Amino acid sequence: MSATTEKLVEMRGVKLQFADKAILDGVDFTVLAQEVLVIMGLSGGGKSTLLSILMGLLKPNAGAVFFKDKDLTQLSRPELNEVRTHIGMVYQNAALISSMNVRENIGLPLRELSSKNDGEIESIIDQKLELVGLKDAGDKLPSELSGGMQKRVGLARALALEPELVLFDEPSAGLDPINSKLIDDLIIQLREKQKVTSIVVTHEMDSAFAVATRMAFLQDGKIILEGTPGEFRHSENPTVSKFLSSYSEHEQSKE
Amino acid sequence: MNGVTFSREEGHLIAKLGARTISLLQELGSMVWMGRETISEIAERIAKHRAPFRLEQFFYQSNRVGVGSVPMVILLSVFVGLTMALLTGYQLQRFGLVTLVPAVVSVSFTREMGPLFTGIVLASRIGAAYTAELGAMTAGGEVDAIEGMGIGALRYLVTPRILAIFCLTPCLTVIAVISGILGAAFISSFLLQLSYSYFYDQVMTNLLVKDLTAGIVKSLLFGAIIGTIACYKGLTVRGGAVGVGTATTSSVVTAITSVIACDSFCNIFIVTFFP
Repeated sequence: MSATTEKLVEMRGVKLQFADKAILDGVDFTVLAQEVLVIMGLSGGGKSTLLSILMGLLKPNAGAVFFKDKDLTQLSRPELNEVRTHIGMVYQNAALISSMNVRENIGLPLRELSSKNDGEIESIIDQKLELVGLKDAGDKLPSELSGGMQKRVGLARALALEPELVLFDEPSAGLDPINSKLIDDLIIQLREKQKVTSIVVTHEMDSAFAVATRMAFLQDGKIILEGTPGEFRHSENPTVSKFLSSYSEHEQSKE
Repeated sequence: MNGVTFSREEGHLIAKLGARTISLLQELGSMVWMGRETISEIAERIAKHRAPFRLEQFFYQSNRVGVGSVPMVILLSVFVGLTMALLTGYQLQRFGLVTLVPAVVSVSFTREMGPLFTGIVLASRIGAAYTAELGAMTAGGEVDAIEGMGIGALRYLVTPRILAIFCLTPCLTVIAVISGILGAAFISSFLLQLSYSYFYDQVMTNLLVKDLTAGIVKSLLFGAIIGTIACYKGLTVRGGAVGVGTATTSSVVTAITSVIACDSFCNIFIVTFFP
């Protein structure tokens, strides 16, 4: 299934500086509806910061961030909160509320932001738990779950309000291959069955190539390459080809 | 020109003092900002015809602040009341004025000791808990997650906590005052030969509505100060577990210092304008 031509997200000349250090130095990219854009780059390169900007948690020093036709940098807090209900985020460390069990975590945005009654909320929680394969974990606290399970609960929570866009921050980091593939399959399933658009920040090449419909490489605060997975594989950009070959060499040395 | 000159050490000291003052003012400004943002988040929520916070959260926090603190407040107040009556009584006995003990203890406990000790108990017991809890949530990314969902972290996390401590501090102050006076009555009857009925009559004669009002108003201020400082310190934690520890210590120290400073200002105000 191919992406539509409708622009869902657009970043234009986004710059962000902390003290004297420029984290993002003019980032431009566009994400079409039903795409899975994978953003890669070196550690500390500002990939997670990009996601925080997209959630409106950080305000860039310059540039515009559009979700549909709304510039997130210009919105008032109530307007931004409204936009946030259309965006779900799966955090690197899952960021589940530690004092709440799994069901309460998934139900939190529904209880706080929707006007659904308790019965409807419980039914949505059941659906989301089934989607991520954790039907029997509803009463567990986050501390009783493995890293992979926590990420799946994080995904279930992110999907609770049926968002149009889901942001994934290192979804496979620290997971075993089985759990990692499970998350990848969920991202693909979301795009194919629920027509959800995703932006995935990852270091894991297998995951990146498995889920991406398009890829972007962030270096020195700029997107230096953007293209399909095929174009990436055959890229002659020295940094990108070194990044990919280092990964291949690493994998071969493990074998 | 013969200007004032400072040695290098004095210069360092002045620079340090200046930096400390600026950082203190910045923190104060940030706390005011937090209060303003919380109120505006609540207003936005009300404008959408939705409850600004979950009632069960408020009751949970109230139970924690109020019911949970009662034993400690009673214990501390009884001992302070007892000690105060004993020391005041022994001093006044020398002048044959031991009969003044009920009046002195009840007025000073209602206006001063009750609210102050309740404030100190709450700053160390609840302030520390709030900061540690919110600090751990901040360090673990939970606060960002709540904000990122569009729920409004300040409204959701701060409102029930500050409101609970604001409403429950006066209630605990009343308990502290009663406990302190009972402790004083007990030791007065036991060692100063003042009967319970005499003690009761003297308290009722000398205690004025003005004293009660002063104590309650102070306690409301103390509750707001402790809640705001504790939540602010928790939400601004940096640096994981160590950061949470540092913030918790800082929260307790700042809250106790602020409560004592506020108490002094209140006393100056009351004595000046309502003598």
